[in-house]
Amino acid sequence: MTAGWEVVIGLEIHTQLATKSKIFSSASTAYGAEPNTQACLVDLGYPGVLPVLNKEVVRMAAMFGLAVSATVAPRSVFARKNYFYPDLPKGYQISQFELPIVEHGELFIADGDGNEKRVGITRAHLEEDAGKSIHEGLDKSSGIDLNRAGTPLLEIVSEPDIRSAKEAVAYMRKIHTIVRYLGISDGNMQEGSFRCDANVSVRPNGQEELGTRAEIKNLNSFRYVEKAINFEVERQIDLIEDGGVVVQETRLYDSDKDETRSMRSKEEANDYRYFPDPDLLPVEIAADFIESVRNELPELPDAKQQRFVGEYEIKNDDAAILTISRPVADYFETAAKATDASAQLVANWVVGDLSGALNKDGLDIADSKISATELAGLLTRIHDNTLSGKIAKQVFEAMWAGDGLADEVIEAKGLKQITDSSAIEAVVDRVIAANPGQVSEYKAGKDKLIGFFVGQVMKETKGQANPGQVNQILKSKLSG
Amino acid sequence: MGLHTKSMSELTAGLEGGEFTSVEVTQSLLDRIAAHDSKLNAMITVTGEAALAAAARADADRAGGNAGALNGLPVIHKDIFCTRGVKTSCGSKMLDNFVSPYDATIVERIAAAGAVVLGKSNMDEFAMGSSNETSFYGPVHNPWDLDCSPGGSSGGSAASVAARFVPAATATDTGGSIRQPAALTNTVGLKPTYGRVSRYGMIAFASSLDQAGTITRTAEDAARVLGVMAGFDERDSTSIDTPVPDYRGEIGDAIKGLRIGIVRQHFDEGLDAECGIKVKDAIAVLESLGATTVEVDLPNIDLSVPTYYVVAPAECSSNLSRFDGVRFGHRADNAEDLFDLYCRSRGEGFGDEVKRRIMTGTYVLSAGYYDAYYLKAQQVRQLIADDFRKAFADVDVIAGPTTPTPAFKLGDKVDDPITMYLNDIYTIGANLAGLPAISVPCGFVNDLPVGLHLVGTHFAESTLLRCAHQYQQQTDWHTASPEGFS
Repeated sequence: MTAGWEVVIGLEIHTQLATKSKIFSSASTAYGAEPNTQACLVDLGYPGVLPVLNKEVVRMAAMFGLAVSATVAPRSVFARKNYFYPDLPKGYQISQFELPIVEHGELFIADGDGNEKRVGITRAHLEEDAGKSIHEGLDKSSGIDLNRAGTPLLEIVSEPDIRSAKEAVAYMRKIHTIVRYLGISDGNMQEGSFRCDANVSVRPNGQEELGTRAEIKNLNSFRYVEKAINFEVERQIDLIEDGGVVVQETRLYDSDKDETRSMRSKEEANDYRYFPDPDLLPVEIAADFIESVRNELPELPDAKQQRFVGEYEIKNDDAAILTISRPVADYFETAAKATDASAQLVANWVVGDLSGALNKDGLDIADSKISATELAGLLTRIHDNTLSGKIAKQVFEAMWAGDGLADEVIEAKGLKQITDSSAIEAVVDRVIAANPGQVSEYKAGKDKLIGFFVGQVMKETKGQANPGQVNQILKSKLSG
Repeated sequence: MGLHTKSMSELTAGLEGGEFTSVEVTQSLLDRIAAHDSKLNAMITVTGEAALAAAARADADRAGGNAGALNGLPVIHKDIFCTRGVKTSCGSKMLDNFVSPYDATIVERIAAAGAVVLGKSNMDEFAMGSSNETSFYGPVHNPWDLDCSPGGSSGGSAASVAARFVPAATATDTGGSIRQPAALTNTVGLKPTYGRVSRYGMIAFASSLDQAGTITRTAEDAARVLGVMAGFDERDSTSIDTPVPDYRGEIGDAIKGLRIGIVRQHFDEGLDAECGIKVKDAIAVLESLGATTVEVDLPNIDLSVPTYYVVAPAECSSNLSRFDGVRFGHRADNAEDLFDLYCRSRGEGFGDEVKRRIMTGTYVLSAGYYDAYYLKAQQVRQLIADDFRKAFADVDVIAGPTTPTPAFKLGDKVDDPITMYLNDIYTIGANLAGLPAISVPCGFVNDLPVGLHLVGTHFAESTLLRCAHQYQQQTDWHTASPEGFS
């Protein structure tokens, strides 16, 4: 569908900073309160009130800047973006315009072919969120909830370096991972704490000049980002191929119809009349403050992934999954350190059974019913041959159900693996005696039947026989 | 001698000596306001009951040995300061129905010092005006000539102090709104350094220029009130955290050796000749006290009025956007839709001068004009500030006239904004540079008062107050009271 065309995408990600109070007032930022119960006179834009910068947002923005190898500006300036809207109490939004706090960053994602790809970060600036207009359930009138007004946002603007919807999602996921690693945002997309606008254009392959872009507003899930961009790319290509032109405009993605739609053109006519906010002093950041923030930076996902591969010798793909979030990485590391089992085994279980169980119950890893050390206890029993992998899964399920620690479950259910050779030999003898037909076929060269015999032995032992030993004893007896 | 003629220092002495109580003072001044304000229209709101209650508390505090710096002393607040539970109109129809849910920082501080607030004074709408004629509540009349303007925007505060309603009133100054009315009403008007007094709770006109100050009859009373108002406020990011000197303690120091700068352009053809003579006479008095004069150059000062009329409207166009009829203030009836609600609420709520400045400000910030107007004005503003900085390397204060002429007739200039704007030609520079300045009564021309203007370097309020106080020790202009208000 995109043959002959190059897609050019830039993302503006709005991430809500996880401060307790608002960016310019002391009102709480907690989500979900009754409308207008978390808006003080400053948030309401009352006559005479003044904004005072919450210093925590400066630290958070600086952290982000350092995490994406950006310049943290020694001096940045808050500006007023002027427009009238009922959810904007002052008639202007305090944002940063000419001098943002973060500039010239970059991060790396995997492109469509799995190669590493750089995406430039033009800037990240601090601003206040607006309130919300409420239209539903109010007869012929609209309500305004200003709880969200003044919530701190960091708007992260990428270079137009992204070339596909998949890359856009990879970039957005990476930013999402970073802000959560840094602890500067909860990244909660349902609550709108992490959302993005996508600037999308297309141009014929080889053309230098950028095509006209459309901006798709307010995408609040990775899936919508991918679908909206794909729809928009197709729309633009179809339009141009049919002899039309793309208009620079703001569009909204309708997830029900899976399409983007033009917003009213009146929105486009805004002249925001930006100018420095005289109520706020420029933000001056000293070099030693930046150093102290740098020292506080946690290990970031890329570094952690590399370390996991090097230190624990696990597969790169697994390391990538394990480092998507800090709690998962910490869980893995705690478990790996608490067992003699191989780290790869730990990785397999965290990525596999544990993730599956968490997903099924809709739990975060922090609320896992099996702790990292408890999982390590289970894996130790695989490592020391007490359990086969298959029985271990039963034990895991019992642990998940609250039946106790691995050893308690093994003891209570008698699930200990049979490693006594003579016991296994007795079962093997019985299986051979009971299946003369298969024995002759095997002896005639049908090697694959070994699986059948193993299965029979495991069935007899309720899966508790050590599979390695079973294999070995079977082979020697059958070849005898 | 009536209680109304007493300065704060004299009232304090009387209260301390048990000659009278604050309740007596308060009642007497409330009576005076009731008797005379119909001639002046200086008050928007009189809070008699609350004042008498506050006076009774003040008397009790004094009896209990807890007299604050302003214990029992009557004041009036300009109606630009938010006062909890009391109408705060800012001189506008837009806020005619607005009762503030909170106190401005200075209102809090003045109350905490034991002062008794008699009410809220009239002013130009949103402090935009130099004659008090833009007020929704009608013009204020000058006690020295009821056909004349008392100046503006703090015309109500100036007239009420001149008419002996109170010894002190709070006021604000964005381009001269304290000093010009003080000069035109024979009162002392002090505009402190930008950042010296908190702006929290003072309804913004032009945030980078607005500063709260005082109108009094004596420099000593200005020192007393400023000492209470000044100081860092964590709720105002532009307030400056630097210690507040003992203004009243330093006021008696001699001014021998003080270096006074004279700006030649300030005595050019724009200045009424007789006013110029009065101002020069006043400077001669300071010289007789041991001060020396030297001519200083402010090469860009002529650009201050055009610079101001770009910067101030730009900021006001944004500051006044919050008055949209949605959450408080005037709301148009039966709006058809949101756009109609905005247009009519603002169209009905704001007066002509406010609209003129909002439109000017919107224009100078618009895409394509920003660089030519707003940015250029900010650059010129910097040049003007640099000129002052260089001048203050050689002098301690700069002296000159506060206004080009004495009070003008009401109605004379109201239809000619440019002429009206030129009334602030000598005062605007101090706002653009953030400097403290004071106007002190220095004589009369045709029975109308004239003001001496003194500008100091940043945080030199003490020097200005000392200079004004020493001058008032040598002269009695400030003790003259207008006919009918003695």
